[in-house]
Amino acid sequence: MPQSEYVVQMKGITKVYPNGIAANQGVDFNVRRGEIHALMGENGAGKSTLMKMLFGLEQPTEGEIIVNGETVNLSSPTVAIAKGIGMVHQHFMLVPSLTVAENMVLGMAPKKKGLFIDMDKAIAITEEYAKKYNLHVDPKAKVVDIPVGMKQKVEILKALVRGAKILILDEPTAVLTTQETAELFRELVQLKEQGFTIIFISHKLNEIKQITDRLTIMRGGKSMGVYNTAEISMEEISRLMVGRDVILTVEKDKAAPTDEVLRVENLEYTNDWNKKMLDRVSFSVRKGEILGVAGVEGNGQRELVDMLFNLNVPDSGTVTVNGKSIVGLPQRKIRDAGVSLIPEDRMLYGIADRGTIEDNLISNRIYQKEYNKGLLFDMKAIHEMSDRLIEDYRVLCKSRNQQVKMLSGGNIQKVVVAREFSSGPVLIIADQPTRGIDVGATEFIRKKLVELSRAGAAVLLVSADLNEVMELSDSLIVMNGGHIAAYFEDTSALTDEEMGEYMLGLKRQSDEEIGKVLYAK
Amino acid sequence: MWEQLFEMIFKPDFLFSVIRITSPILFAALAAVVAEKAGVTNIGLEGIMSITALFGTLISYWTQSWAVGVLGALIVGIALALLLGFFALKLKTDIILGGIALNMIGGGGTIFLLYLFTGLRGNTGELTTPEMLIPQVNIPLLKDIPVVGEILSGHSLLTYIAFFMVFLTWLMLYKTSLGLNIRAVGENQNAADSVGVSVVRIKYIALGISGALAGLGGAYMSMYYSRSWNSGMIAGRGFIALAAQAMGQGEPTGSMWSSLLFGLANALKNKMEGMQGMSSYLVASIPYVVTVLGLVIYAVATIRRVKKTRRAQNAMTAPAGEEK
Repeated sequence: MPQSEYVVQMKGITKVYPNGIAANQGVDFNVRRGEIHALMGENGAGKSTLMKMLFGLEQPTEGEIIVNGETVNLSSPTVAIAKGIGMVHQHFMLVPSLTVAENMVLGMAPKKKGLFIDMDKAIAITEEYAKKYNLHVDPKAKVVDIPVGMKQKVEILKALVRGAKILILDEPTAVLTTQETAELFRELVQLKEQGFTIIFISHKLNEIKQITDRLTIMRGGKSMGVYNTAEISMEEISRLMVGRDVILTVEKDKAAPTDEVLRVENLEYTNDWNKKMLDRVSFSVRKGEILGVAGVEGNGQRELVDMLFNLNVPDSGTVTVNGKSIVGLPQRKIRDAGVSLIPEDRMLYGIADRGTIEDNLISNRIYQKEYNKGLLFDMKAIHEMSDRLIEDYRVLCKSRNQQVKMLSGGNIQKVVVAREFSSGPVLIIADQPTRGIDVGATEFIRKKLVELSRAGAAVLLVSADLNEVMELSDSLIVMNGGHIAAYFEDTSALTDEEMGEYMLGLKRQSDEEIGKVLYAK
Repeated sequence: MWEQLFEMIFKPDFLFSVIRITSPILFAALAAVVAEKAGVTNIGLEGIMSITALFGTLISYWTQSWAVGVLGALIVGIALALLLGFFALKLKTDIILGGIALNMIGGGGTIFLLYLFTGLRGNTGELTTPEMLIPQVNIPLLKDIPVVGEILSGHSLLTYIAFFMVFLTWLMLYKTSLGLNIRAVGENQNAADSVGVSVVRIKYIALGISGALAGLGGAYMSMYYSRSWNSGMIAGRGFIALAAQAMGQGEPTGSMWSSLLFGLANALKNKMEGMQGMSSYLVASIPYVVTVLGLVIYAVATIRRVKKTRRAQNAMTAPAGEEK
């Protein structure tokens, strides 16, 4: 059979899940040999479903998949791998306690004497591929100890060592720093030059513009067409993705902060692997302002948030809200003190995914008098509250009785936000509030955060999205290696480059400058 | 009284009995280690040991060969563990409930089976012949060394196998691709799945190995330790083994040391029971007190491990909220 121009052809793909949700409807998706092809769309647009079918994790209800001119039945990832398809998942598929080399050869370990693993050979294979494709990794390091950027390289190498010629990357830059992203892009271009085909899932417009040749846009489970990247504007892409022009900046008045609400002093924490995650962290947040916490992930932000909500206990240091210590208090007491949390991991800490929207909305106020009549719940009051919040926060759902896990990522987050914002908080801790959700929901949540801060709430915004943290925050701290590397009282004049230098630890302000973020009492 | 106690402990026969008592716990602890490494909790060890102990005795009685009896116990152990796997992995039962069911069969079902096969009630004492018992091994040279020889020589063949199994289990887990797959499946089964390692198959294999080891432990109990099968003879050793696995941090060597600790507690109990001026009830509680302490450590270790893996996973996966 003559080689076709396309290395992958997906024709008329329809996927209906057992629960009746049609994630893909008649999608055509064609990828040329040796190109970098972007697959774009909001969350819930069906990109992941389409790629899961190409990698054999799901099977199409209807339609045909042709790889290298041959119609294939991709019944499992093993089959897909055999056809030369590799996938780098958004959630890394690595085993933390194993070494890089062990992860590399998992499922295909080289053997000696018929029985034992040939570790030297595994290391040699890893080194050979790392060198060949210029993806530098440490074969003997345990995965748990290596930085995110290297984990991603391991994932790419894993696909290559299994003979992948077509690489699917699912939002690969979501976890990377600006510098790591640039490095990844260089590596991807090199791979492309060596003849690999790359499918790149993303919703970051500037990245797509930077490295892709063509792009396919999806919306609501359907393809909105294929375009040459060079010939389509960002505005056009955005319009096709969401069906309207999205304002990518948030308008806000200048902050007029007043009294101190949250005061953190000398917080210290060393984790189970003896790594110091918080090092003399001190700062405060005042009424009416948004304090941003920027930084590359894994530099203590998660630990900081954990300490503020008693999900973990600091080795030393104090945390006070309106002058009262909250260290070691049960979460309900912390909530009673007026603290709200939008947790980073919404599926684990944000919601109970099998509960209904109403169950989730009531969960932080279930004990309040308003919603109880004697020993029983006041269902009428609860229904009214749920319906009101669903409307106010524009949660797209069938009814308040719909299971939360049936909603899209953006709408799940809206449920969390509705619950957390409507309890009259004096302090809102928003940890990655818009991560992985669609543009519409992102914009809505950002506007609400600004609105609440201007109405007098203190907001601590932790975000790995540089754009978000710089756009929304009134002032900003940068975390690096567990300590505060910089404090910027005014974010408006700040540049990305300057931020990058502090985030990566190239620069650090003096203690005196950083100390300013602890406002004098 | 204390003098009497010290006199007893610092005799070779005491340490000999520690090793003797440790052996079945060690088999079961290794069984727990292998299962747990693959991410399955084999809480049915107690039941598997009880049933394999019975079948070991019956098969050796029918064949009048201890070797066939041990082999039979091993095969029954594998079959039972795979049955547990079938319930948990294929029919998606909660594995803890499946394990409890096995334990209950081990308690009541064995008495029924014994009656069915032999007409005996709860005890096979009268069936025992010398051919049915696992032989003791006197190790040349070693046996002639004073003290050390008395402690280490003259144990059942299975005792030596048990301690050798510590090494074999370690070798299997850390030096073979099967072990690599088991560890990967136990820690991040999605990772294993994504590179074509069959998670279910690996779990079945790990359970099978676990069952085989528990079967050897069962055989040891009825075909050597008690010289016959009787109901309730496992007396919590399967659970103690789970505690030993946890106290040993899930590692073969660590589990051996904690098994020895439980063996020591039991040996101490046996010695002190005969002593004057000591409440026999109080003494009888020693192994259980040690077990409770062990389980407390187990609980703490589990909580810490869960936290740790959760954090490790958090560090692995960045974005929350998957797409639908």
